[in-house]
Amino acid sequence: MKFSENWLRSWVNPALSSDELGQLLTMAGLEVEALEAVAPAFNNVVVAEVLEVVKHPDADRLNVCQVNVGEAMPLTIVCGAPNVAVGLKVPCARIGAVLPGDFKIKQAKVRGIASFGMMCSDKELGLAEERDSHGLWVLPETAPVGVSLRDYLELDDKLFTLKLTPNRSDCSGMSGIAREVAAFTGSELNAVQISVQAISLNEQLPVVVQDAIACPLYCGRRLSGVNAAAQTPVWMQRRLERSGLRCINAVVDVTNYVMMELGQPMHAYDAASLSGGITVRRARKDETLTLLNDQAVVLDETVLVVADDARVLAMAGIMGGAGSGVETSTRDIFLEAAFFHPDAIAGRARRFGLATDSSFRFERGVDFAATRKALERATQLLVEICGGTVGEVSEVCGALPARAAITLRPARVARVLGVTLDCEEISNIFNKLHLDFELHCENFRVVPPSFRFDLEIEADLIEELARLHGYDAIPALPPRIALTMLPDCESQRPLQNIQQRLVARDYQEIVSYSFVEEKVERELVGNTEPVALQNPIASNMAVMRSSLIGGLVEALRFNLNRKQPRVRLFEVGACFARAADDYLQTQRLSGMAYGASAPEQWALKSANVDFYDVKADVEALFAPKTLRFVAAVHPALHPGRSARIYCGEQAIGWLGELHPHWQQQYDMPQAAVWFEVELAALTQTSVPHLAEISKFLPVRRDLAVLVNEDVSVQSLLDALREAGAPYVQTIDLFDVYRGKGVDPGQKSLAFRVALQDTQKTLTDTEIEPSIAELVKVLNKCGAQLRI
Amino acid sequence: MEQLQQILDQALQQFAVISDEAELEQVKARFLGKEGALTALLKGLGKLSNEERPAQGARINQVKQAIEAALQQRRDALSQARLAARLAAESLDVTLPGRGIGAGGLHPVTRTLQRIEQLFHSLGFAVSSGPEIEHDFYNFTALNIPANHPARAMHDTFYLDPEHVLRTHTSPVQIRYMEAHQPPLKIISPGRVYRVDSDATHSPMFHQVEGLWVDEQVSFANLKGVVQDFLQRFFEEDGLQVRFRPSFFPFTEPSAEMDMSWKGGWLEIGGCGMVHPNVLKHVNIDSEKYLGFAFGLGVERLAMLRYGVNDLRQFYESDLRFLKQFN
Repeated sequence: MKFSENWLRSWVNPALSSDELGQLLTMAGLEVEALEAVAPAFNNVVVAEVLEVVKHPDADRLNVCQVNVGEAMPLTIVCGAPNVAVGLKVPCARIGAVLPGDFKIKQAKVRGIASFGMMCSDKELGLAEERDSHGLWVLPETAPVGVSLRDYLELDDKLFTLKLTPNRSDCSGMSGIAREVAAFTGSELNAVQISVQAISLNEQLPVVVQDAIACPLYCGRRLSGVNAAAQTPVWMQRRLERSGLRCINAVVDVTNYVMMELGQPMHAYDAASLSGGITVRRARKDETLTLLNDQAVVLDETVLVVADDARVLAMAGIMGGAGSGVETSTRDIFLEAAFFHPDAIAGRARRFGLATDSSFRFERGVDFAATRKALERATQLLVEICGGTVGEVSEVCGALPARAAITLRPARVARVLGVTLDCEEISNIFNKLHLDFELHCENFRVVPPSFRFDLEIEADLIEELARLHGYDAIPALPPRIALTMLPDCESQRPLQNIQQRLVARDYQEIVSYSFVEEKVERELVGNTEPVALQNPIASNMAVMRSSLIGGLVEALRFNLNRKQPRVRLFEVGACFARAADDYLQTQRLSGMAYGASAPEQWALKSANVDFYDVKADVEALFAPKTLRFVAAVHPALHPGRSARIYCGEQAIGWLGELHPHWQQQYDMPQAAVWFEVELAALTQTSVPHLAEISKFLPVRRDLAVLVNEDVSVQSLLDALREAGAPYVQTIDLFDVYRGKGVDPGQKSLAFRVALQDTQKTLTDTEIEPSIAELVKVLNKCGAQLRI
Repeated sequence: MEQLQQILDQALQQFAVISDEAELEQVKARFLGKEGALTALLKGLGKLSNEERPAQGARINQVKQAIEAALQQRRDALSQARLAARLAAESLDVTLPGRGIGAGGLHPVTRTLQRIEQLFHSLGFAVSSGPEIEHDFYNFTALNIPANHPARAMHDTFYLDPEHVLRTHTSPVQIRYMEAHQPPLKIISPGRVYRVDSDATHSPMFHQVEGLWVDEQVSFANLKGVVQDFLQRFFEEDGLQVRFRPSFFPFTEPSAEMDMSWKGGWLEIGGCGMVHPNVLKHVNIDSEKYLGFAFGLGVERLAMLRYGVNDLRQFYESDLRFLKQFN
């Protein structure tokens, strides 16, 4: 909502500066988004008339002009503008003037001739862009010579832009904003005086409203002999332009003006284009209409229309149709002011990709008590500007929205706001807001006015009281409440703790978008049915990710392109997939490591990060839980260097090296190692329960075996652990050897077995059977003890 | 007598010039060993008369003790010298960098969220979360934003299907939490939210923290108190001013926009209000008995102000040069 300050001040004129007025509106809930001057600062510029133009004797492109600035003697001014001509009215900056850009006008000699000022273009006055400016700014012939240009064009005016919230449709006209300012300042409200025009035309269009719930009030009248080509008065043009509205023709301008003034959208039809009477009804399915903006729409029963006997004329309350609108040639018009119910308008414009001044107001609620008034006001202005005779109003009035009384309890006000307002203050505020009320046993019964659609329940009135009392005047108080501690579940590991483990292992957290390119999902994750957005912002943000890998790869590439040699990233976030009739949304943690396993340094041999480096990171993340890694194939990963991660029986993630194919495609000199795990598996932990600590020393036995390359260490460990050999506490692999002494196709593995008893120190005779059993297990797995 | 003195002098003299511990032990043998000079004298005691023997014995012992003391002294000196030499040889350039991996860091949004959670935790707020793909009902309808409500246009919503959206705010968590819990309740709900919008100050994805407190005695004045307290603690500035001005959210009434003082002006920091009775009704909470307030804060906005970030997009670029500054 944009408007001129001068216009507002013609309604209500508090003793406040523009800035103060802006502050007041903002603190009233009508946020001032912008407050800007109509024109930049300049002075000493007056309306002037060119009296004489003579070629400069020494310059082809210059003229020596005699210019009347309203003084006894004309000024001699050398001018280079090509459009200078005798009789033109133009702005003239006098000696001493300062123009935008701190351009000072001084007496000067131009090619030997003294010049006493400068005639200006609109660009030089900061009122137009270079490309829109064409030489001297030619003012209307009626412009009064000698008068300050700022006064003549009201250039000291300011423009307010309000960010209106949907509840305050009452402030989408000057009358409403003025009402608010008056309520907050106590200044007098100078409502516009409407003079009802006498009926001078004996013609009336029949109006039928078929849907009285959608259109509880419809007023229309004919005006005949209207001169639509009449000039819209300058003051009206100015107010419209400063409201951001384009001037079209006198009739349309008047309807727009009344909308801006009273908040009531109006429409004028070319009466000659109508056949028969007016009907307000639901559109029929597949009925079509070409709108004023030439957009053709196919309608259905949800859309309310205004029609004549032959066709649909307009989408009611949204936009008129082409072919029935008013042109400069129009002589007879049918003027419409109606109240369309918000429920009948809301959402319709958006469905057709429209957002009009009219729909904006109707879908939020228009003051139905002002509808007839607006029609009279427009009639008055039309007759004044365009002439013509005035027909009787056809008015169809059904059940207007009931204004049910609301009970307001001062005690509740105090409870909600935390500050007590006495009955006197409450009464005062209601009076300022034009709310009718009665007092019943200390409670107020308030009937909301027709212009406030947002007042329905007690809470709404409490907000009004808070607003007028001043949000600033409500103290900021700490709550007084019984203290209790929050529950704390020790078997849930806090996310912070998990993040911190990765940070300690040199990973940097990132946040990447939850939507990715469809291709990424298909190629890197093998997801052919990703969850797609219906209205993505860009094709590279079209589908919801089902894995965090896309964001990590993207982030890695971003940093590699910036010459980062070593990149270790992780992200925690939701991943999305389709479920039967819903969506699966699981939180995952994923990391990617690239480059050296440790930062380049003097005391460590440099090695590229590999599968086992990152595996250790993953294992550390889950400790004390142990994980199992099972070779498996993933579209993003090297098929021989990737594994599914299991926690117990549950597959909870992936670990692997990026497939050489992707490495090449993404221009990565080295392979990146990636992991992704379900966050739930990480957060679920258990509360420790102490086991007995043996007082007796443990015994260590090492078992070195030779085994074929294709036998996995995990299978041997599983077999060893399942054997349940007595006294065995832990079995771990501590060495892998290939090379001299080991046949190709074989590897040597060394296991460390720790044995211990809680009752005694173990002797060799007690240990030997256990070791023998383990050796037997190893043999069964194809492993031969190395001697 | 003279002989004894001579032995002592010799021992002291010889010990003094020895710089090797093994040699010292060898030299010791010359005096105290089986064949040593003193040992020989001791052996000779037997030849003396009973009268002479004790006196001579005492004199020899005296010398022996003197030699042993000198020996020990020399041993200590040599061992200390050896240790000193070793320590000197082992000394490191302590300025050389340490060995091993470095440390990573948290994203500034996480850092900010943790700070927010910690501050609200100190007031007894629990943390709750909800889905990011949200049912239309929770994102809008249950929050008193029926279909066709103009407020829906304010939200620039991403749709997945006619019934599901990417949540446009964290407010749906209010509903989910109130459905599952009885008042009094006090939560914050941090998380990602989505709007169809993208430029230097708008991102299609960003983070919000929702706060909700429902109890029998919480008021708008308390809402102001809690939010002001939070902002002053978050920015560690007791004088930070917070301004509440009337605004509109369908799910709160009265509603307010929160501004904080910043560099001589006001900066919008979030929206808040008293929970709308219709919202409480949706979740079967008696709005006569219970009151609630809710607020929503923009996490990136807080992080930008706190850490001097100017371009919102930097948060999502994953540029290590940016991220590492928050470690």
